[in-house]
Amino acid sequence: MSAAAPAPAAAPARARRAAAAWGHRAAPVILLAALVAAWQAVVTLGDVPPFLLPSPAAIAGEFAEFLPTIASAALVTGTNALVGLVIGAVVAIAAAILASAVRAVDLLLDPVVAGLAVVPVVALAPVLYTMYGASVETGRQIVVAVAVGVPVFVNTLRGLRQVRPVHRDLMRAYAATPRQATRAVTIPTALPFVFTGLRLASSLAVISAIVAEYFGGPRSGIGSFITTAAAGSNYARAWAYVLGGVLVGLLFYGATSAVERWGTRGVRRA
Amino acid sequence: MSAPTAAGAAPTGVPATAAAAVQVSGVGRVFPGEGGRSVTALEHVDLTVGAGEFVSLIGPSGCGKSTLLRLVADLDAPTSGSIDVFGRPAREARLGHDYGIAFQQAGLLPWRTVRANIELPLSLHGVGRAARRERADEMLALVGLTDFADHFPDQLSGGMQQRVAIARALAERPSLLLMDEPFGALDEMTRERLQSELVRICAETQAAVVFVTHSIPEAVFLSDRVVVMSARPGRIAGIVDVGLGRSGSRGDDLREDAAYFQAVTAVREALHGGSDVPSRGVETR
Repeated sequence: MSAAAPAPAAAPARARRAAAAWGHRAAPVILLAALVAAWQAVVTLGDVPPFLLPSPAAIAGEFAEFLPTIASAALVTGTNALVGLVIGAVVAIAAAILASAVRAVDLLLDPVVAGLAVVPVVALAPVLYTMYGASVETGRQIVVAVAVGVPVFVNTLRGLRQVRPVHRDLMRAYAATPRQATRAVTIPTALPFVFTGLRLASSLAVISAIVAEYFGGPRSGIGSFITTAAAGSNYARAWAYVLGGVLVGLLFYGATSAVERWGTRGVRRA
Repeated sequence: MSAPTAAGAAPTGVPATAAAAVQVSGVGRVFPGEGGRSVTALEHVDLTVGAGEFVSLIGPSGCGKSTLLRLVADLDAPTSGSIDVFGRPAREARLGHDYGIAFQQAGLLPWRTVRANIELPLSLHGVGRAARRERADEMLALVGLTDFADHFPDQLSGGMQQRVAIARALAERPSLLLMDEPFGALDEMTRERLQSELVRICAETQAAVVFVTHSIPEAVFLSDRVVVMSARPGRIAGIVDVGLGRSGSRGDDLREDAAYFQAVTAVREALHGGSDVPSRGVETR
């Protein structure tokens, strides 16, 4: 704080703080508006052909015209991402708990996770389509689950290992049962790490769900429509679908951030 | 008045009760090292701490004083000998919540408020909400932190955090308090204030205390007896009977008393005389 600065009168200070907060929030919006305006100006004044770069106005027009299709495609992709995220996260957290408790499991899982981390998971999509049939979403959801599992597992396991020796001694000195020690110390210590993993995973889930659609499967999600539109030379429409994908990604990121804030309220670190 | 006595001597000036607070008999602790080279942390340690007695363990780094405290707390097991706390094995005493403990790090849970931290041992041991709250209020008043009950630990200074840790250790009214350099990380002024506070708290609670420290003045100011240890292997080199009066009558004036300086000298001599590695690692602050 500005303890050393001369204390200003209360009211102007509050007004200034409010203005600063408003400016803080408005700044990125203004920047975005300026960029879009510049984009429009470049395309209009420079006579840029639409296949190179469609104008924002054209994209907005396509977005409005195809809104129902974009919304239903976003719903399909979002559902795939959500199902994969939940399955992947649950399995990863369970595996991390097991690995932190049983040394043998840790030794077994370590190379497996390292292997999964370097596999280009979305490249598995075609294989999975042939395994589960090209008309269902299962393959895409598995791709998401596998992609999401790695960061959640790694972060959760790290969190579970952060318990400080002094806290472990304390729990032993109080003769706390394993269940009590887990609730009092292990889980609160690990939670911030779990949420970091989930926040990373949420963006990854949407990206993997979209990219997996590029490799075939049912023509239902945002990714499929982007390829179709681009193949049909509807560049502005392709961009409108990309915009839809961005919105799904933002939604996921916002939701996990909100869950993180809710889950770690009261958790402060020295 | 302040003569070093032989290792393992019975406490003088303390009424011998049926079950001493701590009875350490022939204890040794050997840590297995790499390539079969084991480290003897403690060897042939005998010590009796009477009920309500304040005993400090002092000695150079690596003399095993913290190890001894951990053995009493049953955070670690001796490789030979036995330790009884109030007449029963250390393990049973731990499971029976017979002692309170404070470490050099306050070790508060950062996601709990000060009040919830003090209530931690009570809630782990099934004390009801109302009783917990009442006890926490008493403890907050005892350590002078009533106004900070709803703060989180990282909003407090190091000295305040250590006071919370002491309140937490005392929350279950233990008859034995184990303290492992609790003021080691604090500045001199905070340290002296907390020492005076600890003397007052001990007078109020009548608990026996085993207090590990690096500081000779701290040991002398607080203790009925100072146990001087030597390193490699850790053993008791001597016991200085401080005899400066029961803890209730000790004030800050004591720090300038002639008897206090005499006791400081006696402890220093015991430290230097009884050890192959004189005074290394001992701070005289």
